[in-house]
Amino acid sequence: MRIEEKVKRESRRDPEFARWVRSVAGGEDIRRCIQCGACSSACQLSSYMDYTPRRIINLAREGFKKEVLGSFTIWLCASCYACRAQCPKEIKITDIMYALKRRAIREGTYPARFPTAVMAKEFANMIFSRGRVTENYLVTMLFLKTNWFKFLGMSRLGLGLLRAGRMSFFPDSVKNRSEIKTILNAVDGK
Amino acid sequence: MKYLYYPGCSLKGTGRAYEESWLEVSKALGVELEEIEDWNCCGSTPYMGVDEVKSLALAGRNFALAERQGGMDIIAPCSACYLSLNKTNHVLNDYPELRAKVDSALGSAGLKYSGRIKVRHPLDVILNDVGVDKVKKLVKKPLGLKLAAYYGCQITRPYSDFDDPVRPVSMDKLMEAAGAKPVPYSMKTKCCGGSITGTVPEAALELACSLLKEAVKRGADAMVTPCPLCQFNLDGYQDRISKKYGKTEMPVLYFTQALGLAFGISPEKLGINRCLASAEKILEISR
Ligand code: SF4
Ligand code: SF4
Repeated sequence: MRIEEKVKRESRRDPEFARWVRSVAGGEDIRRCIQCGACSSACQLSSYMDYTPRRIINLAREGFKKEVLGSFTIWLCASCYACRAQCPKEIKITDIMYALKRRAIREGTYPARFPTAVMAKEFANMIFSRGRVTENYLVTMLFLKTNWFKFLGMSRLGLGLLRAGRMSFFPDSVKNRSEIKTILNAVDGK
Repeated sequence: MKYLYYPGCSLKGTGRAYEESWLEVSKALGVELEEIEDWNCCGSTPYMGVDEVKSLALAGRNFALAERQGGMDIIAPCSACYLSLNKTNHVLNDYPELRAKVDSALGSAGLKYSGRIKVRHPLDVILNDVGVDKVKKLVKKPLGLKLAAYYGCQITRPYSDFDDPVRPVSMDKLMEAAGAKPVPYSMKTKCCGGSITGTVPEAALELACSLLKEAVKRGADAMVTPCPLCQFNLDGYQDRISKKYGKTEMPVLYFTQALGLAFGISPEKLGINRCLASAEKILEISR
């Protein structure tokens, strides 16, 4: 067993990261957290997380960037807002999780076992080119790129969906595709 | 009563039975719908995790189109759409810097949004605009079923103003009006894991499984849901869940399908045959 530091030292903090967390939409009240743990007990995924939501909030506001951005927690968060509904301080925990995901994708620090970033990029690409998302196409793309869906027995499910007429044979699309591109490019300053 | 209608991608894809049954039911109830012309994806759950401003701008385009089309309340039946559209309104009103960015992105395509269109859910519209009395009058074949009303997460929180975020009752009331007996179902707003089934199946399937098992334990004949992602997760993966955690048989209907059956609309028109789990059982019940 490797001996590791179990208590975080003050010197490992990254104050810039802590400032950034406070600056994101939803992060403004993070310092009001009283560490009560209501979020963690409401969260159905917390039993799978390496850091519970309460701990992520604490680590994030103190600036423990590496722990937070490298955690499984942010990828296990299913955006169900149960934590936020229970937080006595009305901290926007789900929005903070979103901001942490965006930052981790931007910095490329997500754990390799989660295909979330691939999926998110495919999703974004599909919207950029078509304006709408056709789920079975998205799933096929993911399958080709990660083979993750083997776990789910996708072929059986695919057949079932096909029989029930729930598959789309052509990807859906908006008519005004160039408008979508103009808007999204404008955000990038293009 | 006239509304703008935002179907979203799921209702045109794997959740088309939701659209089919919702359109039938809204016609019966006299809810007039006008689809937003050339609507685009709302950004759903994943996009917010990739790019905040783009996600808001995508939702913003739908609002801008809706405003051009008269600016009536928008009805968004899909929970993820309902949430992202509502969220966009809130964020645009609460964060001026983000609003400025979204305005300028929309402006580059000649679009504009005031930030004032209301986003509604069918449950809200049926209960508060149409009213339970009208629903009761339309019932021709009272359901007589025991139903577990499962709401899922994203319509009841954090922005919904028509029901309780943790212990909602709107769908139970409607099902009662349709002649069904809602069973006490304590997991009504627990997350089904739908948004992570694709990426973390080992955790998500277990969540879905516990929802199904609880419905069985409560003696429900079927579950009803207002969300295409929940329906897909509970219905589409039921086979897989049965294999992994032991046999589970639980039909999962959209609440609009159940309502339609009570109104005497034919199962074909309501897309009942599109359910994967125990579709036969549902058809039997609905006869
Ligand atoms: S519920 Fe709110 S106050 Fe309590 S630990 Fe979680 S974030 Fe902090
Ligand atoms: S939003 Fe995320 S962190 Fe909060 S309860 Fe749901 S899964 Fe847990």
